[in-house]
Amino acid sequence: MGYVETKALVKQFGEVEAVNGVDLSVEEGELLVLLGPSGCGKTTLMRLIAGLEKPTSGEIYIDGERMDPDIPPRARGIAMVFQSYALYPHKSAFGNIAFPLEAVRMARSQIQERVEWGARMFGINHLLSRFPRQLSGGERQRVALARAVVRNPKVFLLDEPLSNLDAQLRAIARYELKQLQRHIGTTTIYVTHDQVEAMGLGDRIAVMNKGKIRQIGTPQEVYDNPADTFVATFLGSPPMNLIELDHDTLLGFRPENFLPGEVFGPGEDVVTFRFRVRQIEHLGSDRLLYGSLEERMRSDQTVIAAIPITITTPLTEGEVYDFAVRRTALRYFDRHTGLRREDGAS
Amino acid sequence: MALPEGAQETMTAAPVLRRRTVADREDLLGRILLTPALLYVLLLVGVPFVLAILLSFSRATSGSLAFSWAGLQNFAAVISDPQFRRALQNTVLFTVVSQVLVVVLATSAALVVDALLVGKRVVRFLILLPWAAPVSLAAMAWTWIFDSTFSVVNWTLKVAGLLKGWFYWFGDPTLAMIAIITVHVWRMFPFATVIVLAGRTAIPQDVSEQAMIDGAGFWRKLFQVELPLLLPIVAVAVLFGMVFTSTDLSIVWLLTRGGPYNSTHVLASLAFQRGILGADLGQGAAIALFLLPVLVIVAVAMLRLARRVEVGV
Ligand SMILES: Nc1ncnc2c1ncn2[C@@H]1O[C@H](COP(=O)(O)OP(=O)(O)O)[C@@H](O)[C@H]1O
Ligand SMILES: [Mg+2]
Repeated sequence: MGYVETKALVKQFGEVEAVNGVDLSVEEGELLVLLGPSGCGKTTLMRLIAGLEKPTSGEIYIDGERMDPDIPPRARGIAMVFQSYALYPHKSAFGNIAFPLEAVRMARSQIQERVEWGARMFGINHLLSRFPRQLSGGERQRVALARAVVRNPKVFLLDEPLSNLDAQLRAIARYELKQLQRHIGTTTIYVTHDQVEAMGLGDRIAVMNKGKIRQIGTPQEVYDNPADTFVATFLGSPPMNLIELDHDTLLGFRPENFLPGEVFGPGEDVVTFRFRVRQIEHLGSDRLLYGSLEERMRSDQTVIAAIPITITTPLTEGEVYDFAVRRTALRYFDRHTGLRREDGAS
Repeated sequence: MALPEGAQETMTAAPVLRRRTVADREDLLGRILLTPALLYVLLLVGVPFVLAILLSFSRATSGSLAFSWAGLQNFAAVISDPQFRRALQNTVLFTVVSQVLVVVLATSAALVVDALLVGKRVVRFLILLPWAAPVSLAAMAWTWIFDSTFSVVNWTLKVAGLLKGWFYWFGDPTLAMIAIITVHVWRMFPFATVIVLAGRTAIPQDVSEQAMIDGAGFWRKLFQVELPLLLPIVAVAVLFGMVFTSTDLSIVWLLTRGGPYNSTHVLASLAFQRGILGADLGQGAAIALFLLPVLVIVAVAMLRLARRVEVGV
């Protein structure tokens, strides 16, 4: 049994089924990323685990213990960081970090020590006397994280903690968060709608859509073998190409696997396509080609190829070329259910 | 600007008013819109105020237009007057006690109303009712509640076996003061509750929830998070209440007329009695103006706090 586990968890707000039958199992010490588009129920799922919201039905276990709906947040051994950080505006950074410790009636001297320990971990010792309004976004985020770690929770719930930071800061903060999580080894559920963040951060990723978990796996698994067309197109930028193969099959391949035919060796098992290049974008490390398939495997949908700069094949807009994909990189999906087909029959 | 040919035409073709109207001239419009308010303040607040200051330095009586300079005589007379000192004491007592009670009651009521799962709107409406009731009408009900023979309070206590003797509410200075404060608190309470309720909705929900996550129980959350965040708004309400209470004479006048033996006068009612009924305009004005410096300080503090709330510091 997982360290944090939900069974057939459902939460309805009137007509809206925000969380719609979620079975999730998080291992002890793991960093699980909950990834999904905005509005898919990620926050609601976290709030259910935290005890801020009562489930309509289903069960939640933390550390083997069943969390009845009336077990309050404070008794669940969780620390949550809200997207907004929710710092206490009338308390200094010190007061903010000390608050959970005061709540468990820790001795003054010990609180001092513990707050300084937490602040050191996030490099904010010099900011302890400042009030939230005197802190930058990144500093606030650190105070919120320090407040979460000081009381040694069983589980961290982090709801899009980096989404209010600018892009540069976010990359650094992501790296630091991962370091920290490895260092203290606390089981963590991390919510994001940013697939780059999810891929970089997670031990495993749970992809969510419309209140349901579509797939759980390591970043590589989820990326390489998406369970359905939603996961296939939600992960990856640009997303996986999906082409109608026949009445009930979709063929999928990633843009970076779709390369000029000449790149492949003669003995390689590849499938070739005729690709009309309509537009080329030079993105520094890649060339992105937008176009469509012609002749044998026609498709009017836009197909994208991402060609690394190391492949120097000359290509011009408007021309038709031979492109190919390794057979092992092809994925097949049921056109009606969207689910992946293992057989690959066509 | 180099517009392509034809662009000019399509732009002028649109039916746009090309002349500036009054609504475009914010400076002028501002002045026009402010004029009524300014006139109101000048005529109905400014003139009487200046007149009151002038009167307090004069020997003016009502019924005569003679105006003779008296210097600080009125103030000297007033200060050495035991009745005035009693009224000053009463005003302070009346203001402080009723404000403390109002704040405690309004905050509690707001918390209770917020915790209600059903009927919030109905309860809110009911709470607001006393405020909407005309004070003279309410005073009639209250004089009955505190009536020397029919007092509802007395009879209730008596029947419950809690009262041995009898309370002559308006016959005893202390009881009369209690009655006055009770009615005033009853009157101020709804408005204060609504202010606190509004203030509570301004507390971000995630901050309250964070307190729960951080392990705070009900009381810790209340005293460490919610009340401190409410403080600026409550402070404005209190300052407003102080000005309102210390200048109010309606409750005292309607319930006791300052009796028994002028023991429950507040400054406002005493000023009215002296200046208007007693025809000594000079002394009346001096009494009425006595609290002005204090109220000015309170008002300034109120404006500053209100600004702080606005800026969110
Ligand atoms: N308190 C609520 N009342 C009604 N609907 C809600 C409430 N909270 C969330 N929802 C709805 O539930 C769905 C999931 O919301 P949320 O969990 O916040 O999504 P996410 O965090 O993935 O963006 C949304 O459609 C949202 O409108
Ligand atoms: Mg969310």
